[in-house]
Amino acid sequence: MTENNFWLKKIEISVSEAEKRTGRNAMNMQETYTAYLIETRSVEHTDGQSVLTDSLWRRYSEFELLRNYLLVYYPHIVVPPLPEKRAEFVWHKLSADNMDPDFVERRRIGLENFLLRVASHPILCRDKIFYLFLTQEGNWKETVNETGFQLKADSRLKALNATFRVKNPDKRFTELKHYSDELQSVISHLLRVRARVADRLYGVYKVHGNYGRVFSEWSAIEKEMGDGLQSAGHHMDVYASSIDDILEDEEHYADQLKEYLFYAEALRAVCRKHELMQYDLEMAAQDLASKKQQCEELATGTVRTFSLKGMTTKLFGQETPEQREARIKVLEEQISEGEQQLKSKNLEGREFVKNAWADIERFKEQKNHDLKEALISYAVMQISMCKKGIQVWTNAKECFSKM
Amino acid sequence: MEGERLASQARSSGLPAGGATGESPGVDAPLLGSSGSSALLQAEVLDLDEDEDDLEVFSKDASLMDMNSFSPMMPTSPLSMINQVKFEDEPDLKDLFITVDEPESHVTTIETFITYRIITKTSRGEFDSSEFEVRRRYQDFLWLKGKLEEAHPTLIIPPLPEKFIVKGMVERFNDDFIETRRKALQKFLNRIADHPTLTFNEDFKVFLTAQAWELSSHKKQGPGLLSRMGQTVRAVALSMRGVKSRPEEFMEMNNFIEIFSQKINLIDKISQRIYKEEREYSDEMKEYGPIHVLWSASEEDLVDSLKGVARCLDQCCKATEKRMSGLSEALLPAVHEYVLYSEMVMGVMKRRDQIQAELDSKVEALTYKKADTDLLTEEIGKLEDKVECANNALKADWERWKHNMQNDIKSAFTDMAEENIHYYEQCLATWESFLASQTDLHTEETSEDKPESH
Repeated sequence: MTENNFWLKKIEISVSEAEKRTGRNAMNMQETYTAYLIETRSVEHTDGQSVLTDSLWRRYSEFELLRNYLLVYYPHIVVPPLPEKRAEFVWHKLSADNMDPDFVERRRIGLENFLLRVASHPILCRDKIFYLFLTQEGNWKETVNETGFQLKADSRLKALNATFRVKNPDKRFTELKHYSDELQSVISHLLRVRARVADRLYGVYKVHGNYGRVFSEWSAIEKEMGDGLQSAGHHMDVYASSIDDILEDEEHYADQLKEYLFYAEALRAVCRKHELMQYDLEMAAQDLASKKQQCEELATGTVRTFSLKGMTTKLFGQETPEQREARIKVLEEQISEGEQQLKSKNLEGREFVKNAWADIERFKEQKNHDLKEALISYAVMQISMCKKGIQVWTNAKECFSKM
Repeated sequence: MEGERLASQARSSGLPAGGATGESPGVDAPLLGSSGSSALLQAEVLDLDEDEDDLEVFSKDASLMDMNSFSPMMPTSPLSMINQVKFEDEPDLKDLFITVDEPESHVTTIETFITYRIITKTSRGEFDSSEFEVRRRYQDFLWLKGKLEEAHPTLIIPPLPEKFIVKGMVERFNDDFIETRRKALQKFLNRIADHPTLTFNEDFKVFLTAQAWELSSHKKQGPGLLSRMGQTVRAVALSMRGVKSRPEEFMEMNNFIEIFSQKINLIDKISQRIYKEEREYSDEMKEYGPIHVLWSASEEDLVDSLKGVARCLDQCCKATEKRMSGLSEALLPAVHEYVLYSEMVMGVMKRRDQIQAELDSKVEALTYKKADTDLLTEEIGKLEDKVECANNALKADWERWKHNMQNDIKSAFTDMAEENIHYYEQCLATWESFLASQTDLHTEETSEDKPESH
């Protein structure tokens, strides 16, 4: 909103806690929601120590409000997405309940991630509303609404219309739109299959747990084999229970991919804005061209194109030269205005493309870096799982061979 | 055609002689040597006195599965078979090797059924040849088992695979079922061969060596089906009685086998379930790798990483398949055999109880002087011998069975653990090599990047 940088020092932001609350909603009905504690610390350059400067509670809907505001005021920026509102891509043992503690925990991390992304964005971090979000607990909502950003937002209908009718969008944006569609589609697919794989893996591990119980019961009647069976059974239990942590870790990986799934929508939003602006420009140019033509026709007296005025003139008689002069003058004024507007729109459009593209390049680098890291971390998780497996089965094998 | 006659080797002592049989050898007819063609049964009229155990709906072009493929045409020494079959005790003395392979479907006007080729290699003197090849159907195996049970009521006869599996089968007999059955039949025959007493049973010998028509005529001798049926009703009544007077050691045995049976059944179910879960996991994994390849098509800078992950996932999928096949080769059949074995043992316990009960009822009759005491006393004497024989036979066989069971179970589970270790090692290797490739590139890249300001 302004160009001031409110952060004089380096800051650390954390969403450190989540709490269940009950309150009354807009319709005075009781509701349960989760509130998140946001703590901001400023870091001293010299000794790296951090001091708690601000701490307040926010709920998810306030995060949404912040983001919607940013979307309107920074249409050329790929605005970081929020973590999902409802649990999607759930495999059967994972709860789809928004109140489930695991889901709340993952959302807490997602919200923190969102704030960190905004704070580390060279442009977004300077926004006053963002600053107030972190520092001003009461009244923040009113402040945001006072900016009137909702009025500034482009209507969906307008945007849709522009998408269909724009004639010459910048090719790079068209490509970007296709890319974002592909990204969304492939990540969705991947997440769905991953969830199914997780489900099956869970099954494999858990069934082994049954061995534990049966071995234990069997060992009661065996003299020589008893000890071996019993301890092997214990290892089967360990194996079966190890899957819970493994899959919990994998959920964090899935969340990393989900962020980029939602980023695809942010990319599309920038493309839509470009299309809208371009369409606007094209309409303005068209309008100007038609006015110029009208003017010319009036001046020379030739009617090249059909116009209502032309018809009525024919039907009801010519207008007086004074009338015509007046009209020409009006048109000339409009044309001059139009030319100014066109110029400024053109400029705006080019500015937009330049700025948007700069942010898109920044985004691309960030995405490549993050996804690569995510894939590496997935490999690390798999390695850890394999090592655990080797450990457990080696122990079990020893027990079996001692039977 | 006459086969070669080997000089009979001196059999090592310590193997008890076979129990009473009573069937005539019926092997006067010339035996086929190794070069004989497998006698298919198309031209024969088959006996249909047994029920339709192996009436199988099977397509005519049943593919011959690739089993233990050693050709009987090549002279193979018995010793070379040590690598091919697992044996239980006294490996140095094993002189009878049996394989079951080449399931073949036969269609007649009346029925369709499957026969299996049975190849026996032996160095024993009492066999006319060193090698035999015959074809048998499931019915024949049932007959053999019946004869063995008859001859040795208190020995633990190895179990046969089930006639059919009720649930989970779409077609009554598909390839997997036949393969499982084939393996189980082979195990069955080898267990008999390894049993110190049963291995010398005459019917067993006939089963392994006689041609189809010889077997048919041999079968017709001996107590018929009906008389066997008649006994079972009486047997149940007797066994109830026998339980009460059961000596301590047999009580223990019974307790053991009851609990064992329960547990092994559970383990069988669990193991089958694990196989099923692994199959479903493997199916999902097949899709997982390719998605990453698809994604790499729209990401210039991530192609290596994504394709690398895809490769790892595909490798892990293959490793899972291997783990599954290991499970179905070793653990599942071994556990299932003991499910059936436990039923056999419980049957043996009952029979022992019946024999005891017979004695007890005679003794009771004597006490109340219900009949001629001299006759009774004589009968009791015989029965006492019978009971003693039965008990001793069972005791010895029980120890042997238990010992084998422990070894077999131990070996099956150790195998399973091995398979799992191997699986995780393979997966570990593939992910580690991916990680190495990524971090190499990574360190190259980050040294070129300017540090990000924030």
